[in-house]
Amino acid sequence: MSQKKAEISKGVDYILIVVYLILVCTGLMAVFGVTYTEGDPVVQTFLGFKTDYSRQFYYACISLVLGLFILLTDSKFFPATANLWYAGGILLLLLVFPFHSAVKGTESIIRVGGFQFQPAEFCKVTVALTLAKYLSNPELDFSRTRSQLIATAIVLAPAVLTVFQKETGLALVFCSFFFVMYREGLPAIILVIGFAIAALVVATLLLDKNVLAIILTVIAGLVVLFSLRQIKKNKTLLLKIILVWALCVGIQRFGVPFLFEHVLGKHQVERIYSTIGKEIPQEYLKGNMGEINAKTGKQSNTADYNVKQSKIAVGSGGLMGKGLLSGTQTRYGFVPEQRTDFIFDTIGEGFGFVGSVILMGLYILLLFRIIRIAERQRSTFSRCYAYGVASVFFFHIAVNVAMTIGLAPVIGIPLPLISYGGTSLLTFTILLFILIRLDADRQMVLR
Amino acid sequence: MSVFNKSRSYIIRIIFLSVFIIIIAQLANLQLVSNKYLELAKNNAVFEKIIYPERGIIFDRNGKAVLNNTIMFDLMVTPAEVKNFDTTAFCSLMQIDTAEFRARIITAIIKNSRVRPSIFHSLLTPEMQARFEENSWRFPGFVLQQRPVRTYPYNVGAHILGYISEVDAKDIERSGNFYRMGDYVGKNGLEYTYEKVLMGQRGVQYMIKDNRNRLVGHYENGEFDTTAVAGRGLKTHLDVELQVLAEKLLKDKVGSVVALDPRTGGILAMASGPVFNPNDLTGPDKNANYAKLLLNVRAPLLNRGIKGRYPPGSTFKPLGGLVALDEGVITPSYGYPCGGGYYACGRRVGCTHAGGGHAANLRLAIANSCNSYFVQVYRMAVDNPRAGSMRKGFEDWMDYMHKFGLGVRLGVDLPSEDKGNIPSVATYDKEYRGSWTSCTNLTLGIGQDKMLATPLQLANAMSIIANKGYYYIPHFVDSIDGETAADARILAKYREKHAVLTHISDTAYNAIINGMNDVVTRGTARVAMIPGINVCAKTGTAENYTILDRKRIKLKDNSMFVCFAPKENPKIAIAVAVENAGYGATWAGPIARILMEKYLLDSLTNKSKADFERISNTNLMPAYYNRLQYITDSARAEQWAKIRRDSTQLLRYLKKGAAPKAIPKKDSAQARDRKPQDQKPKQKKPSALVALFTDDRKYYRPVTASGEII
Repeated sequence: MSQKKAEISKGVDYILIVVYLILVCTGLMAVFGVTYTEGDPVVQTFLGFKTDYSRQFYYACISLVLGLFILLTDSKFFPATANLWYAGGILLLLLVFPFHSAVKGTESIIRVGGFQFQPAEFCKVTVALTLAKYLSNPELDFSRTRSQLIATAIVLAPAVLTVFQKETGLALVFCSFFFVMYREGLPAIILVIGFAIAALVVATLLLDKNVLAIILTVIAGLVVLFSLRQIKKNKTLLLKIILVWALCVGIQRFGVPFLFEHVLGKHQVERIYSTIGKEIPQEYLKGNMGEINAKTGKQSNTADYNVKQSKIAVGSGGLMGKGLLSGTQTRYGFVPEQRTDFIFDTIGEGFGFVGSVILMGLYILLLFRIIRIAERQRSTFSRCYAYGVASVFFFHIAVNVAMTIGLAPVIGIPLPLISYGGTSLLTFTILLFILIRLDADRQMVLR
Repeated sequence: MSVFNKSRSYIIRIIFLSVFIIIIAQLANLQLVSNKYLELAKNNAVFEKIIYPERGIIFDRNGKAVLNNTIMFDLMVTPAEVKNFDTTAFCSLMQIDTAEFRARIITAIIKNSRVRPSIFHSLLTPEMQARFEENSWRFPGFVLQQRPVRTYPYNVGAHILGYISEVDAKDIERSGNFYRMGDYVGKNGLEYTYEKVLMGQRGVQYMIKDNRNRLVGHYENGEFDTTAVAGRGLKTHLDVELQVLAEKLLKDKVGSVVALDPRTGGILAMASGPVFNPNDLTGPDKNANYAKLLLNVRAPLLNRGIKGRYPPGSTFKPLGGLVALDEGVITPSYGYPCGGGYYACGRRVGCTHAGGGHAANLRLAIANSCNSYFVQVYRMAVDNPRAGSMRKGFEDWMDYMHKFGLGVRLGVDLPSEDKGNIPSVATYDKEYRGSWTSCTNLTLGIGQDKMLATPLQLANAMSIIANKGYYYIPHFVDSIDGETAADARILAKYREKHAVLTHISDTAYNAIINGMNDVVTRGTARVAMIPGINVCAKTGTAENYTILDRKRIKLKDNSMFVCFAPKENPKIAIAVAVENAGYGATWAGPIARILMEKYLLDSLTNKSKADFERISNTNLMPAYYNRLQYITDSARAEQWAKIRRDSTQLLRYLKKGAAPKAIPKKDSAQARDRKPQDQKPKQKKPSALVALFTDDRKYYRPVTASGEII
């Protein structure tokens, strides 16, 4: 018995486990802070499975048991079955289409018995595993375009399926796996181009299109001016510059309007515009969207309301906060989706700047610890997987917190380990505990 | 490979860290730098619930409540709770149709959201309330809410008490945002003047509300709450029984009665005809009744006691006599040989008597109301050689008038008092380009020409004569419950004796008072004789004109009457004006006598009882009002038709000048085509405005499938 116990705990990274436990407890407290009704007997309702905080408590218990099971598993099991899991995940995603149950506008949830299950969440784990498996293949030369494309396909296949389930936010999470590929040798220029296109899109939204076109032309002209000597030597350089300029103007003139008019949904357009704080241009207002407000003549924008109320909640916390259960914004339902997507408001309002910074500190600790663990692995599989975990956590934390404080558009993704919700908590637990399991055998070379 | 890319691990860490630093910077910005969010959160969540105090009550001199508070009920609806609902039964109960029901529910949702209660029907009639209460279990989502309302147990005093009504934007602005929407405020009369005393002090409860504005509890356990303090009562000089009598006597007449206590300046009764029941301006039909009163050309809302401008006619003569006596231009024994008219200025001023020495001295002249005598006396006063010039003499005369309280505001505790009119030198200089004499305006001597006075001013002038030179500013309020220093300051001006004309000798006063007594015993006002009491009075019959159908027409004379009694120890001074009723002695005189009897003897003699029946059942409403009402209504109807004809004008009218952006042209053409059948003048209610608007709006949105406006 004691020998076995020593075996489980051998090589386990305790710092990670402690941070994990603190975050889960913080989450429980935050959910309690939102959903507790005054006068309820705390202990009874905590055990009764009737209230949200009670349910979250049981989810946490299940997660811990599951984590224990994962720690008991042989670490070779994960690379061995990675592709199988991936196939299973894709299958589940496909099953969603005929069997989904419509809940709050999403089509990504399967209901089995009394439980809801979101395969897209689960796919984060399978993609992390499979990508690690693919990248750790010793015969792989990742500098070849073909293998880069295959890796991209592994990541984007579930993302595309998720988009079709109207869960754009979740789909975006899969993009975070590009961090893993970058670490494994994906040319930096691809990330730079990615950022550049993103910057161009944002600039398109912020600036008048003619002004932007002029700015782009001026930049192109300056580049040509400064590289005249090289152009004399190499005529194709000029062609390249002109092509890049044409591409940029094309994106700005036609690409972005096409995206907003035909690809993005009404609520997404609203959310993006409410983040940058501008009114939605007429041509992006689609058929049934934007009921005109009788009083102001503007269309009502719920995304705008959410972000405003959320900012008020966080901002009203001040330095030390109002204390748990005393935040008026979060207690009286001014912020929608408080238990899930906007859970950070509870921390911000209840515990103020100090509490928020401590929470962000905990997350940074978690992320840096994971990266540190990644870098000490002998096997590529473990390292890639660890980067996958770090990327998913980072994306969730950054986007979720940024949207509650008005830095990013409202994308419905949860705050890891804190937001209410069984699937989300289980997914992050599985992600983290597989890492801990792999790390415990860091001297082994897995493939 | 992995060794080769090791440096990228740091780049990834830097990316992670920089994103977190941006987030923390924004957190610092929200939570530490900008402090507006705390305020915004408080505004979101804390609701100041106002607790309305009970309004103060107004009592008469004998402690009877002239107005009182009662509870009526508003029917409130919470739309979200209206489920499993028998709409048909409810509608038949409330006597509305289902379309109206839907409209009201939708209005409630728009105004106040689904989950907050809003008013479905304000101030239910008692029958409707009873019917609803019996069936209330059938109608979830509907509840009754108490609402304090004024009642007037004697059904009198509408003009002097005023009314209360919800504040409008202007009131709020004027009060420096002291009032808030939904507050009730005194709009006229004593309710307005003593608003601060009557309203009491509002209490505030700070409540916490949730995102749907439902109240969920007390903020900080009620630490900042303040309790409401009830309004304080007013004790007035009013004699409510006298007031009842006065209003009954003015039924179906245009005119006014004012009764003063000369010893205190307290107003015993003030009535204005046409009278209306003050209870009409409370309760469920308030708005409809108000509109009806407002559109009536007989102006029932006007308080003629302080706003009616009447030529005093012969009732002015005692004042003219006093001025002349004081200036020393005549003595009480001065006589004028009147032969039935005054001819000295080249035109005849008629007198009802001729010869017989009816104006052989001042006392006789007053008793017989000789026009020639007082015209002569007026001219002598104005042309007084001691003054130096005619203009100076006129100014002196004017000064006397102001001292008698004519041509100036007395300062009664009611809003918007009229100051009547005493023409000035400048007025005549302008009208006659400087060339005028005492002959030009000689009829001022008999209270005509440009002289106008309110009944209150006339009653006050009588009390100056009765008091031999002093008066108190006429007022209603005697004392305030729990009087504070601030209250005393308000009332101070009514407690100060104004000895304006005490320098006039007692002999002069006695001559006039005896003359006025003679008016009753053997002169024109024998009708006002009361056995056992020496009454001093003066009748008046003043000519007046109006313009109707662009013609100046002469109306029947106004019947005027002033008096005070008893002669030795005056307790009451009265002024009565009945418009277009004829001789002063016919109508105004008996009215004054009935009131004096009631006040001094506390009962009516048999003669007065008969007179009371006769007068209160006589309709003296001038006939020309019917024509005037017709003209006014037609003009208003035409104005409405004009507004309706062009829909752009309607919108402009409603939006106060803001022209609508795109009015489809064809549309207004349609509107014009629809016009003819709608054009007959209707009885317009204020709510008709809204109804018009909503109807027409439907026609503004014809949009084709391609999205163009036709």
